Amino acid sequence: MKQSLFTIQSNEQLAEGVYKMVLAGDTSAITAPGQFVNIRLNSFFLRRPISVCDYGKNSLTIIYKTVGKGTEAMRRMKAPHKLDILTGLGNGYNTAPSGERPLLVGGGAGVPPMYALAKKLLAEGKRPIVILGFNRKEEMFYTAEFEALGTEVHIATADGSFGTKGFVTDVVTALPDYTYFYACGPEPMLKALSACTKTSGQLSFEERMGCGFGACMGCSCQTKYGSKRICKDGPVLEKEEILW
Amino acid sequence: MVKTSVTLSGLTLENPIIPASGTFGYGYEFAELYDINILGSFSFKGTTKEPRFGNPTPRIAECPAGMINSVGLQNPGVEKVISEELPKLAKCFHKPVIANVSGFSVDEYAYTCEKLDKQEQVGLLEVNVSCPNVHHGGMSFGTSPEAVAEVTRAVKSVTKKPVYMKLSPNVTDIVSIAKACEEAGADGISLINTLMGMRIDLKTKRPVIANKMGGFSGSAIFPVALRMVYQVAEAVKIPIMGIGGVSSAENVIEMMLAGATAVQIGAANLVDPFICKTIIEDLPRVMEKYHINDLNDIIGGAHK
Repeated sequence: MKQSLFTIQSNEQLAEGVYKMVLAGDTSAITAPGQFVNIRLNSFFLRRPISVCDYGKNSLTIIYKTVGKGTEAMRRMKAPHKLDILTGLGNGYNTAPSGERPLLVGGGAGVPPMYALAKKLLAEGKRPIVILGFNRKEEMFYTAEFEALGTEVHIATADGSFGTKGFVTDVVTALPDYTYFYACGPEPMLKALSACTKTSGQLSFEERMGCGFGACMGCSCQTKYGSKRICKDGPVLEKEEILW
Repeated sequence: MVKTSVTLSGLTLENPIIPASGTFGYGYEFAELYDINILGSFSFKGTTKEPRFGNPTPRIAECPAGMINSVGLQNPGVEKVISEELPKLAKCFHKPVIANVSGFSVDEYAYTCEKLDKQEQVGLLEVNVSCPNVHHGGMSFGTSPEAVAEVTRAVKSVTKKPVYMKLSPNVTDIVSIAKACEEAGADGISLINTLMGMRIDLKTKRPVIANKMGGFSGSAIFPVALRMVYQVAEAVKIPIMGIGGVSSAENVIEMMLAGATAVQIGAANLVDPFICKTIIEDLPRVMEKYHINDLNDIIGGAHK
């Protein structure tokens, strides 16, 4: 974990209620895709935990949904505003057990962390299959960016306005072969996915957090191996340890 | 060179800055960020006889200038605290630590304190009779002078270490509770714990916190905490650890002027993990600004 100041480079709307912010700053504490950052905002007491979409040397990309006053305030920020950010939070995804052909399943606000994960798996010479789920066409984002990585991309929309009509699980059950899965999205999606997948996998969870770095026990959950803090021992849990 | 060291019932602290229980875990997360040996001491996560998972989530809600928590005393239980956490803690913190203890009966408080009394690392016991997040325990002992006196006597009979009773602000008369502690033999008072509060989500029209209510903390409660420290300092002779919304060196000095010998930092640790380090570094400069050479000279200074 590191606390440092980042400078907003750009902050733009991607889809209905979805924004992308690119920041410059010290990203050295980020060690794996699936980790998150915790952002301090003026006039709000608690920080805002946001998943990392992409990171490079000195560059951080986050994609966030406006769900409350904090993210509404973020939406209005402009370059070169500076933000106090804690980086390198959470365990992130472990790519070691992925096999040759892992599934990457993102639903709505759970799509962004799949991007850095897809890049990492591709760099390791694996051939990930990306499955993205949205409510409807107007809420879709980053599909072209995933396609530009040169990986197989499937899209499902709940109302059928784009791609497969239905949920990501409808796409997953129709796929013949995969070696492992990674997921991030709303809990009902994670639960359904956990039930319909034939392999092991890693799933990323959300919880209201106090500190975001393991001190307050505000986001604890129970697993088969005892209690875990979503912020520090998670947010990524293995399929086999989750108690639904 | 200003003097920042203070003494709590024979325990001398390099400075009066103590992270409050429940906001600092067992110190490991913070030890990754800075050398936590700069702290006066710290009060580790509230410990009970049995392991506890705590309350369902959501346990956290935001408020203007503060937050509500309803963790519910999650901890691995006193056996594991002694066998696993304290040895790990010994590697990153070399000063006497404050053991924060909670319970669901007088016997449980005594049991846990007796176990922790035997730990060399523990310099002081802080007995939490003020947790608002558990039913039939915690705060129910801290809201009547008789019950708090009974816990105090039970704990004092099993330990030679200083015993500080951590009090709840959710009472009609904090002074009578504090006096009951003093009369029952407490070595000091820690106050305040969190104020009962709640938030309702406008979208779901339901309480944000799963347990409906929780403990409100953060800079918003500083004036309430300061007032209670001031009132209790008028009424008792034993030392006070002032807690509640402290987030700057200026707040520390204000708390000490109200009557605190040491000052605990709580919720501020969760939003700025470096806050205690910052306060410790700022303190000499702020002391000089207000012409304070020795912090001991200002304890209770506002009462004159």
